[in-house]
Amino acid sequence: MSRLNATFARLRSEGRQGLVSYIVAGDPSPSGTVELLHQLVVAGADVLEVGVPFSDPMAEGAVIQKGHERALANGMSLQGVLDIVAAFRQADQQTPIIMMGYANPIERFGYEAFAAAGAEAGVDGLITVDLPPEEVDAIDAALKAVELDNIFLISPTTPASRIQTIVERARGFIYCIAVKGVTGSGQLDATEVARNVALIRSKTALPVAVGFGIKDADSARAVAAVADAVVVGSALIDAMVRVAEQEPVASEHQRHAAATALLKSIREGMDSSPS
Amino acid sequence: MTIDITPELFASVPDAHGRFGPFGGKFVAETLMSALSDLEALYARLKDDAAFQREFDADLAHYVGRPSPLYEASRLSDAIGGGRIYLKREDLNHTGAHKINNTIGQALLAKHMGKRRVIAETGAGQHGVATATVAARLGLECHVFMGEEDIRRQSLNVYRMKLLGAEVVPVTSGSRTLKDAMNEALRDWVTNVDDTFYIIGTVAGPHPYPMLVRDFQSVIGREARVQSLAQAGKLPAGLVACVGGGSNAIGLFHPFLQDAEVAMYGVEAGGKGLETGAHAAPLSMGSPGVLHGNRTYLMQDDDGQILDTHSVSAGLDYPGVGPEHAWLKDIGRVNYVAANDEEALAAFHRLTRVEGIMPALETAHAMAYAERLAADMSPDEHIIVNLSGRGDKDILTVAAIEGIEV
Repeated sequence: MSRLNATFARLRSEGRQGLVSYIVAGDPSPSGTVELLHQLVVAGADVLEVGVPFSDPMAEGAVIQKGHERALANGMSLQGVLDIVAAFRQADQQTPIIMMGYANPIERFGYEAFAAAGAEAGVDGLITVDLPPEEVDAIDAALKAVELDNIFLISPTTPASRIQTIVERARGFIYCIAVKGVTGSGQLDATEVARNVALIRSKTALPVAVGFGIKDADSARAVAAVADAVVVGSALIDAMVRVAEQEPVASEHQRHAAATALLKSIREGMDSSPS
Repeated sequence: MTIDITPELFASVPDAHGRFGPFGGKFVAETLMSALSDLEALYARLKDDAAFQREFDADLAHYVGRPSPLYEASRLSDAIGGGRIYLKREDLNHTGAHKINNTIGQALLAKHMGKRRVIAETGAGQHGVATATVAARLGLECHVFMGEEDIRRQSLNVYRMKLLGAEVVPVTSGSRTLKDAMNEALRDWVTNVDDTFYIIGTVAGPHPYPMLVRDFQSVIGREARVQSLAQAGKLPAGLVACVGGGSNAIGLFHPFLQDAEVAMYGVEAGGKGLETGAHAAPLSMGSPGVLHGNRTYLMQDDDGQILDTHSVSAGLDYPGVGPEHAWLKDIGRVNYVAANDEEALAAFHRLTRVEGIMPALETAHAMAYAERLAADMSPDEHIIVNLSGRGDKDILTVAAIEGIEV
């Protein structure tokens, strides 16, 4: 069984909702990313989402954009992200890792070469923001060949007929976007999220994770009440940035601690959920 | 690539997926997909709708001032002593460039969709001005995204947009130029997709934009074809246009594509010289990749990161190019060449002094190559250059380069 399937099966048997943490590989530093990933697991992450930095991250809000810019300034590349995953895997064989990025760096690497290298490094799935179903055939074939899950986004603007098309192609889980907007933006409307998740569930048995706009324990708890998993990204990166702003000499350890403390509070908030 | 170049070939693109051969497509986040489908469906319906076309043509005639003249630049042609150079005077359009042809068309689409707000990206500011203009005329809220660097070098156009009632949003991410403005416009659209129409200014972006911008701009080539036959008695031997995203070039080229005897030259920004890397010439020097919703030629590094570009002209300072140009390059129908900053500045001065026509710095790239081309032709041949915009907006840039305080 794939790591993603095993993780969601375990969560289901425990009656818990999953927590997916997003950080950008190479931010705050390439050398610290592996350690940060392990710390996020300790703090309660069930699935690790690792952002592949891109010069033009069109779907990201300001917080994650700046993370991409810092990571690129630190010399991070797609190969560098794969190396980070491989290094993480030496100490953790269980926690699923999905990569999230944009088509061009992956195209440049080569779809088949990327799929092979991803499988080798211990990657479990891929979200390519700008590869909707219409453009996904080539990479899908490459990922399937090595049993990597291609994870699709479904948005509040996705009509029901399209949801059907997407879930037929999707593997691993469905990533349901909570708000119309970029990452980290907007106010979550729990009722609308519940309606969208219900619509998706009516068409697939795949787990549904909800992301975009989840900032704290309260918003996570509200989403966890209706979804299989909650994705937190911008808030973690923002927590690390704030430490650095308040204390310019903050060590990398202090920055990581800010992100993991937030994640831990979100985990606790979800686990105290009355659902 | 082995493709038979037939008239049918050019009518066959884009296909139903928005592809021009391997280029084009719809590489955007899921949130935008239904907005693009809606736009595609609306345009499919209106494209051949007589009432819509009448409305578009009437606006072009009475608001833009079309048809624009085809002018024989006699003094310049005589000075060069080769083929005759004709200028398609898009600089005489309302707002001073070809950009208004497309914003009129897209504003009509926005009106049909009942959108109350329009957004646009702009580099040189010409598309921003053209968008702010149609927004003012239709009473639409207008936000124009513009890189901080471009705001600095195109301050006159920034003020024009403000006078027209648009909000100019400075973009501080990335290289702070046109590509970053387009990222920011896409982010705004994702956020406000329900009430907002994104008026893309060039033949790039996701399908159906490259097609509909091409269709709206093709009025340039349709007029030029008729004018060439009437004034010179035959089709031109060559067409020349500058290429940033490529909207003025596709507008001139498209109605001539099936005329095999008409050679075509798209002139990219050679910046400080193609060999220096500081340029904006993805067709000349780049490689295929995915950016801003389409697959096309890009300036990128080995990791697939988009490179910063350089050009003296803000409107050409873009690392990608419309997907139809990428395809026309690969099938060999259009020649893509480059003129550098220095050559463009020299051409700017020459046209100003010899013909009394001050071209935009973007357009000056086309003029620089046209002079070279005409020099090797015989006087019974002629070429048409798309004089895509006027240069008033650039006088501060030119003065600064020459160390003159205005």
